[in-house]
Parts: sequence; C-alpha cells; structure tokens
Amino acid sequence: MRRQSLIAAAALAAATFGPAVGTVAQAQDKVLVPCVCELSGAGAVSGSNYRDGAKLALEEINAAGGVLGKQLVMNDYDTQTDPQTSRALVQKAIDDGAYVIFGTVYSGSTIVNMLVAKQNGVPQITGSEAPKITQLGNPYIFRTSSSAAKGVPALTAYFKQTLGTKKIAVAWVNNEFGKGGHDVFVSQMKGAGIDVVADVPSEQGQADFAADVSKIKESGAEAVFVYLNEEESARFLKEAKKQGLTVPLVGEVTLTGQKVIDLAGGAADGAYAHVGLTTGADVPSIREFARKFQAKYGRDTDHNGIKGYIGMYAIKYVTELVGSFDREAFAKKMHGLTLDVAKYPGMLLTTSWDDTGELSRESFMTKVVDGKQKVVGLVPAN
Amino acid sequence: MRRYRTPLLLALGLAALIVAPIGQGNYIVYTLCSWLIFSIAATGLNLTLGYAGQISLAQASFMAIGAYITALMTLNGVHWLLAMPCSMLACFAVGLALGFPALRVQGHFLAFVTLAFNTLVFLVLRNEDWLTGGVYGLVGMERPGFGLFDTSKQLHFYYFTVAVFAVALAGMWWIVRSPWGRAFKALRENPIRAESLGVDTRRLTLLAFAIGSAYGGLAGALVAPLVQFIEPGSFALVHSLRLLLMVVVGGAGFFFGPVLGAAVVILLPEVLRFTEGYYLILYAGSVIVLMVFCPTGLIGVYGRLRQRLFPQRVVRGDMATGPQL
Amino acid sequence: MAQFIQVLLSGLATGSIYAMAAVGFTLIWQAAKTVNFAQGEFVMLPAFFVLIAHHALHLPFWLSLAVGLAAAVFVLGYLFKRLIVEPMLPVTGLPLIISTMALAIVLKESVKEFYGAEAQPFPELFPQDTIPVLDAVVSVQDLLNLAVSLSVVTALTLFLNRTRTGRCMQATAQNPDVAEILGVNTRRMVLYTFLINAALAALASFLISPVYLAKFSNGETLGLIAFIAAIVGGFNQIRGALVGGLLIGVLDNLTATYVTAEYRAALPLVLLILIIMVRPQGLVGTSEGRAV
Repeated sequence: MRRQSLIAAAALAAATFGPAVGTVAQAQDKVLVPCVCELSGAGAVSGSNYRDGAKLALEEINAAGGVLGKQLVMNDYDTQTDPQTSRALVQKAIDDGAYVIFGTVYSGSTIVNMLVAKQNGVPQITGSEAPKITQLGNPYIFRTSSSAAKGVPALTAYFKQTLGTKKIAVAWVNNEFGKGGHDVFVSQMKGAGIDVVADVPSEQGQADFAADVSKIKESGAEAVFVYLNEEESARFLKEAKKQGLTVPLVGEVTLTGQKVIDLAGGAADGAYAHVGLTTGADVPSIREFARKFQAKYGRDTDHNGIKGYIGMYAIKYVTELVGSFDREAFAKKMHGLTLDVAKYPGMLLTTSWDDTGELSRESFMTKVVDGKQKVVGLVPAN
Repeated sequence: MRRYRTPLLLALGLAALIVAPIGQGNYIVYTLCSWLIFSIAATGLNLTLGYAGQISLAQASFMAIGAYITALMTLNGVHWLLAMPCSMLACFAVGLALGFPALRVQGHFLAFVTLAFNTLVFLVLRNEDWLTGGVYGLVGMERPGFGLFDTSKQLHFYYFTVAVFAVALAGMWWIVRSPWGRAFKALRENPIRAESLGVDTRRLTLLAFAIGSAYGGLAGALVAPLVQFIEPGSFALVHSLRLLLMVVVGGAGFFFGPVLGAAVVILLPEVLRFTEGYYLILYAGSVIVLMVFCPTGLIGVYGRLRQRLFPQRVVRGDMATGPQL
Repeated sequence: MAQFIQVLLSGLATGSIYAMAAVGFTLIWQAAKTVNFAQGEFVMLPAFFVLIAHHALHLPFWLSLAVGLAAAVFVLGYLFKRLIVEPMLPVTGLPLIISTMALAIVLKESVKEFYGAEAQPFPELFPQDTIPVLDAVVSVQDLLNLAVSLSVVTALTLFLNRTRTGRCMQATAQNPDVAEILGVNTRRMVLYTFLINAALAALASFLISPVYLAKFSNGETLGLIAFIAAIVGGFNQIRGALVGGLLIGVLDNLTATYVTAEYRAALPLVLLILIIMVRPQGLVGTSEGRAV
C-alpha cells in the first residue's frame, strides 16, 4: 500500500514537472510579438482583421530582412472576447517571452489585460478606442487608432458650423465602446452650447430599433449622432428610413463602413461619419494596402486590418530607432514620437503618439453616396 | 489498511496541490488559482443541484455579488478577511430571499427564476455605474496581506487560495456528513417519501440553495483579488451555465465531482488550444458524447468501469435518475 | 399618439417572431419534458442552409428556401432526436439539458468556423414597402410576419386538436405509457414533434433573418426571449407561445419608449418572475397539478 502511494506520488510529481521541462527555449534569432486578439466570440471579426493586417505587415517585414536582422514571429492567443481570458493570455504571452504584445481590439478586454503588461513592463500595441485606456497612467500602452476623445471633437465643428444644429440626439450602444464615445460627445455638446434633446442607449445585438427611432423623432432633434456597432448601425439606418427620419445621421468610425452599407442596403445613403481610418480613402498608400490585403486573403478588410498593419510597422520602426530590443527604451521612444509617412511608408499616414499613448493622425469625413463610402473631407491631426 | 485509504488519498491530493505550481510560469499558476476558485463555486452549486436536486442558473451572479462587495470594501480599505464573510452573508441572504418565493410554488421553477435573476443582476451591475463602475467595472483591488505573508506574488496568492479551498471543502464535507446532509440526500432520492417522513422539503431545499449561493459568494470574494479587475460581463448567464456544466460533467452529487468538472472546463480548453478555432466545437462535442454515454459525469465513468470489471452490489440507487427539472 | 401606435405595431411584429420561436419550445417540452437550450440556434441555423444553397450551390432563391427547410427538418428534427434525445430519454432531466446547451455551442461555433463570423444579409421574402397607418408607418413585412405567425399557430392548434395524428401526439405527450397501450406509435409521434419543431424554427428563421441579419450569434438572445415568452404565455399550450411572444414584443417596445431604455432587457425577466410567483402555469396555460 505504501509503495503504491509512493509510486503514485512520483507519477504525480512527474506529471506536474513535466510541462515545465518541456518549455521550449527561445531561438536566438527570433523575436516574439504575440497577437492576443479576439478570434472567436463577439469580437471575432475585428480581432481576425487586426491579426490578418498585422500578419501581412509581418511577412513583408520578414521578407525585407526582419527587424535589426531578426525575424518576427507572431503566435495567436485567442481571447474569445472575454476580458478575463485576455488577461490570462497576456500573462501567458509574457511568460512565453514576448517582446511587445499585439492586441487586444475590444476596449473591455484591453482595460483589463493592459494592467498585466504594465506590471511586467511590456509594451502593448492595441486597437481599442475607449478613451479610458490612455487615462489610466500606463506608460506601456500605445494605440493604433485615435480614441473617441480625439475623434468626436472633430465632429463638433461639423455640427456647429456646417449643419448649424441647435438640438441634437444621440443613439449609442451600451458597452465600453459606445459609452466612451457617448460621454465624450455629451461633454463636447455642452461645451458647444448644443442641446442634447434625446439620449437613446441600446443593447449590443439589439434588432428592433423602432422605439429608439421613434423617441428621436418625437424629440425634435435636428441631427442625430449615431454611435453603434456595425450591425446595429445597419438596423438603425433601416428603421430610420422606414419611419421617415430625415434629419442628418452622423456617426464616428462605424456608420459609413462598407459592412454597414452592405447590410443596410439603400438605407445607408446620406449618412455621414468621421473616420480615423478607412479602406476607401483616396490615399495611395491605403489603396495599396487594401489591394495587398485582398490579394493575400481574398476578402476586403476594415479599419481593424489597417490598425494591425501599421501597428506591426510601428514596432519595426521604433525598434530600429532605438537600436536594440529594449522594452523600456521602446516605450520611452514612442512617447512624443512622430513617424512621417514619407520616411516610414509602412505607417500609411503620418502618425504621432503623445505621452499617454494616445494617437494623432489626420482623419476623414465620409458620406455614403449611392451605396459607396466617399471621402468628402480631410480633418487635420489634432 | 482500508480505513487509511481515504485520508491518504486526501493527503496525496493536498500534497499534489502544494507541489504543482513550483517551477511553473505565472500563467499556469494563475490558471490553477482560477481552477480552485471555480471549484469552490461549483461545489456550492453541487449542494443545490447534486444533493438537493434543484437547478440553479444564478451561481455566477452570486459570484458577482461576492466579488463586487469584496472589491468595494477592499478598495475602501477594509481587509479581505472582513470583506469575505460579508460577501458570503450577503449571498446567503439573497439566496434565501430569492429561493423563498420561488420554491413556494413548485420545485422546478427555481431554475427559471435563477435564470432571470442572473441577467437582472448583470443589468443592475452594468447600469448603476455610480456604484459598480458600470461597464468599465472596478479595477485595482489589492491582494490581501497577512502580516509577513504578502499575496501580491502569484505563487503566494496560490497558496492562499489552496488554504481557502481546503477550508471550504472541509466545511462542505461537514455539511454533507451532518444530519442536514443526509436529509438533503433523502430529498433528492425521493422527495415524496422524505416529506412523508416529516422532512420539511421546502425549508431544506431553500437552505441548500442559500448555502450553495454563499459558496458562490466566497468564490467571488477570491476572484476580485485574483484578477484585480471585475466587470459585469464576467458574471453573465453564460458563466452560470459554465458552472452548471462543471458540476454535471464532473458528476453531480459526488463530492469531488465539481472539482474534477472545474478542472475539465478550465484546463481542457488550454490543452485543446492548439486546435485554434475548432476547440470549442471539439469541447462541446465531447460534452455531448459524455452526456450520452455517461450521464452521471466523469466520476460516474470510474464507477461504471468498476461496475463492468468488478461487479458489486448496487449501493447508490439514487444515482440512477439524476436531478429532475 | 402616432408614436404609441408606431411602437405598438413594431412590437407586435417583433413579438410574432418571438412567438414562432417559442412555439417550438412548448412542443418539445410537451413531447420530451425537457427544455431545449439550443432553440435559439435552431432558429439561427436554417438561414445559413439557405445561404449555402443560394451562394455556394447557386440555386434560385425559392429552391434554396425549400432546400434549407428540408435540411433543417432533417438535421434539427430527425438527427437531433435520434442522436441526442433518444439515448438520453431514460435519464431525463439534467444530462439532456446540458447536451442541448453543448449542442447550441457546437451549432454556433460551426457556423462561425465554417461559414463566417460576419453578419450576412438575407434576401427579403416580402416586399419592403411601407403602409401608413394612422400617422405611424408599418412595413408590409411586419404585417405578413404577424399574419404568418397567427396562421401557423392556428393551423398547428387545429392539427393537434382535430386530426387523428395530432391527438395521438397529444396523448403521447400527456401519458406515453397509456398511449402505447392504446396502440399509438409513441416513437413516431415524438419524431413528428421534433420534425414540426424544426420546421417551425426554419420558418421563423426565414422570417427573422432579413431583419436580424444571418449571424452565428443570433441564437443567444432569441433563445432566451423565446424561452421566457413560452413560460409567460403558458408552457403547455401552443396559444401560450403566441400570447407570450406578442406580449413581450409589445411591452419591450413600450418600456423602451416610455420608461427606460437601459433596463429594457429587464422587462421580460421581471415578467417571468412575476408570472412564476403569481400564475406559474402561464397566462393561458392550464394548471399542471402535482403528480402526487
């Protein structure tokens, strides 16, 4: 009996120690930039696009000789769009020896998992847009698209000067993405002296927008700021058309996306949006990127693909500017950095980061005309 | 020698728990902590489900209540050792309040009421951001310090979790072995007969539900310092279903069933991670296969194998029909 | 006033969709005494069968619909019953419920992996014109959805009450042993139940998907609401599903418009708890009574 227990204990110990021994030592000429992204769950589309854009850049970089002579390696860590899982996976990626963490896209996950990266001193390139991410004092987080805090103010001028709106309604989705945009918008409107006459939150995944549109109609608003995810934007537009809501519908990032246009059909015509990035922009570098993406993956991408692409190139350029694979120096270098697109073509547009990791870049006013997104104006970086 | 078998196995299990994380990376230690915490919650659910025969779909919301109370208290300077019992008590009280009207009507409605309750709790947590931080949740909870033993490091926190886990399971063992526990089993085997023998079925079921909820609160109180961030989405209905899965897959009504089930539900996806997108399909598929061939769960597999190879007289006749809806 | 009518009509239209999904719940409950947690996914899946037939096989749309219906009835009716329900019927209760939960995951993830994670537009079955009704606007599609739901429920009720097969099905549901003694082929009756459920789910899918857009995650919210609608209306009556569905659709819209938008999702839940406390058999259900 005792011998059996001893054997069992030995077997158990072997089983627990086994995995540790099996950990592969890092090959010396490879640099790990793991992608901790949403590859399943609600964020699957965004995360996959982010990863695929990054992968495109990674293969180009490796083909051109890598970074400081070393090849980049990107392994996938699927967060399942669950913040707690993403936190655990960031920890795992760091354990596996990550140089810089690539991800996540969903703001809810990023707010959680960036604490781990911060505690371990690992820089993180995120695709999230909630303003709060750069307000928590994390010196290692860097955006690949500006937050609502930068994007929404661009619209204030549009509402105030171009449209001359006095009363406005806001339709927003009640999650981290929507709430961030909503809060910035409301404070901007207060500052501009425009009255918010209808504040209409909705649920992610909501299908029936009759009540929402109806409330907006009744409120007498002269314009509507629509800050919803893609599918909900499409449904909203359809309902607005059905109920005859004729005032300008203006959005930020999502409203004029190709996916929204496809899903809403004719109902999307006439919608405006301010976007940080769009694959439809009349900028040669972006067109080239969209062509390359289509050639490699056989499908179109969205702004998440662009974010992934430039994020990976940012890692390359900053590392080369620093001259070594030093995480601390990397983070320090990025604060206050501007990468001019003429010298650093992988960035697609001239990009700057400030001390909090917030990003500044020129952006676009778009409108849906005849079922296509058209860029109708340029907004300088702010 | 047989008398010493159970304590020996228990000691072995404890030793394995103590030895397991040595030399492992932070991520694995973190996952082990997560497993232990979910085992505690699942054990509570097992009392409600496996022993008292009631389906509760609100265990995640009790974890939420425990986690938020602990987080709010520790963020305001109260030590975890004081916050934890408050969480457990609150969950016990809520469990009583929720179960009392639901069980008054007819047994199986508890499942529906708990389903609604879980989503309601989620909505309240998300909308009342003045208290709960809303969608963004609460962040930055400190890990408890016990004099010289600081749990900020992952390994120390792990041992702290093992200690709480051992105490919690010991408590459950005592409950199950006590006269209450036997009344629970009578309740599950044949509620009508139990009632005819004078067992107050409604009160007992209510008690089982409340105790199970308190265990959920304890698990929640541990989640807050582990992750150091809580948000409403982590306690949505899908997580209650996950806990239910843990209990059933492990073996409802068996003492260590939930521990095994939690291991499967938390650790198996890690093992299957290499299959990338397909692992959820494989995982759910295996659950279906398991349910078809062995409805009493994984611990039941061992029993069935033994029955096949070494037939014995049937001791637990109540295992033939599991809990009813 | 116009707003009220608008919201009411939209609520009825949405509610009729919930009702279609909920009817299947009541059928399965009566036939197998179990809750089918995959019902939402059953409503999500047939739309994808149609899309596959239409885009991959290039069949004309009407033929794709028929193919989708047939595929749904086979997979979600026959295969579901044969492979999952039947082996577990002796051990009713929890294992079957867990299996339906796992099945929901399998269906959802399979669609996501093998078809795509993006929402797909689904061609409309009915013209998109709108009709003004007393200052409000209602679309032809809404009216037809409502009409289809009502007629389906009526047809089903007539089938179950007036035809021989229907009455055999009811007998099997109420007391399978006695039904068998009396010569009813219970296994076949249970099969019919599952086939009808699959057909109903497919029909609901074709009606919903133009509005909801075909997406792998449609099943989650829809399943829960259909479930609540069935309980609120009355679990043991087909009419109950209709009543429950319409009620929830209308009340949800009214709450969102006049009371609160943030807690609108709480309404069906509160309603559920109230109904269970006050009238557990549902609004139009008949009291089940205790077994002993």
